[in-house]
Amino acid sequence: MNHNHEHTAPPDDLALRVKALESLLLEKGLVNEKAMETLIDTYEHKVGPRNGAHVVAKAWADADYKQRLLEDGTAAIAELGYSGVQGEDMVVVENTAAVHNVTVCTLCSCYPWPTLGLPPIWYKSAPYRSRIVIDPRGVLAEFKLDVPKDKEVRVWDSSAELRYLVLPERPTGTDGWSEQQLAKLVTRDSMIGTGLCLRPEENQA
Amino acid sequence: MNGIHDLGGLHGLGPIVTEENEPAFHHDWEARVFSLFASLFVGGHFNVDEFRHAMERMEPEEYLRSSYYEHWLHAFETLLMEKGVITPAELWGQATPVPLKHPPTVLTPDMVDAVVLGGASARAEENLPGRFQVGDQVRTKNFHLPTHTRLPRYARDKIGTITIVHGAFATPDTMAHGLGEQPQQVYAVRFTAEELWGSTRPDSVCIDLWDNYLEAL
Repeated sequence: MNHNHEHTAPPDDLALRVKALESLLLEKGLVNEKAMETLIDTYEHKVGPRNGAHVVAKAWADADYKQRLLEDGTAAIAELGYSGVQGEDMVVVENTAAVHNVTVCTLCSCYPWPTLGLPPIWYKSAPYRSRIVIDPRGVLAEFKLDVPKDKEVRVWDSSAELRYLVLPERPTGTDGWSEQQLAKLVTRDSMIGTGLCLRPEENQA
Repeated sequence: MNGIHDLGGLHGLGPIVTEENEPAFHHDWEARVFSLFASLFVGGHFNVDEFRHAMERMEPEEYLRSSYYEHWLHAFETLLMEKGVITPAELWGQATPVPLKHPPTVLTPDMVDAVVLGGASARAEENLPGRFQVGDQVRTKNFHLPTHTRLPRYARDKIGTITIVHGAFATPDTMAHGLGEQPQQVYAVRFTAEELWGSTRPDSVCIDLWDNYLEAL
C-alpha cells in the first residue's frame, strides 16, 4: 500500500492534489469538464430529501401506492421520477408500533441518493458507523429519539447493492391533509431512522 | 479483509457531530472529486467493488483521519495508477502525459441525465436461485481472507434468519479482484442483538449477505 509515495510524494494540500488529478485527466481526454459541472449541479440542486419526502407523503395519502412501495420499492419510487445511481435497487421498510427501523452502511457509506441526496457527514463518519449497530438506542437518544423498551430497533446495514428508505409513521392529527401538506412534515432523518417526522404544530414556519 | 473500514461494533471513535442545513459539498475540491466518480466509472476504468477495496487498503491511520472525499481521491489515484491509466510522474508534473492506446468512453454533458437516472444496477440479468427461503435459519461463515468481502466482522460465525430474498447480484468478493460477476442470491439476514452482542434488548440488525457467506443450519 502507498508504495508510490516514497518517490512521488503528493502535495499535502487537498485542493492542489485534486487539481493535479483533474488537470491530468482533462489533458489525457479521460473526463469532460462540462459533464463534471452538470453532475455537481444535479446533486446540489435536483437531488435531495424532498424527493424522499414526496415518496413518503404519497404512501401516507394513497394506500395502493404504499402497498406497491413496500412490495417493490424501486418500481414505486420510479413512478415519481426518482431512480438511478445509488438507488438502483430500493427497499422501503415501514416503521410500525412494534418496530423502529434505522439505516447504516458500516463498511463504507452507502446511501439512497435518488431519494435522500448525498449523505450528511455524520452518516459517513466512523462514530455513527461503528455505534449504531452495537448501541442503537444510545445513538438514537443523542438524536433526541427515545424508543420504548419493548419496541424493536431494527438496524439495516446496507452491505450489498440494495439501498434502504425508512417509511416513518404518519404523525397524528393529519387526517385529511394533502400530499403536499404531509410532505412538509417528512424530515431527512425520519427517512434514515434517526429522527421522527415533524408534528403538525412543529410545521408553522 | 479485516480492515479499518470494517467499523461495526467498535468503541471509542468519538461523538456523532451533526450539522444544521449541511451543504452538499463543503469545499469546491469535494465537488470536483465527487464528479470524477461518474466520469471515470463510465469510462470503465474501475468498478465499484474495486473502488471500495481501494479505500479499504488505505493506511488505517490515514483512513480514520481523512474525510469521505479524501477516501475517494485516494481510491482514484490508487486505481488509475495500478491500472496504468496514469503514472505517478504524469500526476506530479514530472512527465508529459501520454494518451491511452485505446481511448475509453468519456462522459459528456448530454449523457449525464441518462447516467444519473439509469444508474448501474449490480442485479444479475438472470435470477439464479439460491439455497434459502424467508424464515430459514443460517450461520454466517467464519472466514478471514485478506481480500475484499462484504461480510462484516461483527456478523461472522453468527446465527440469523433470512428476512428478505433480494434476487441475484454480482459478487463483490470476485468483482474487486478481476474475477468477474459470479452472481448469486443476496438475502437480508436478521440477527438478534442477543446473538451479535449478548444483549437482552429486543433489537436486531439486518445485513445483506450473499449466498456463499452462509451455511444452512
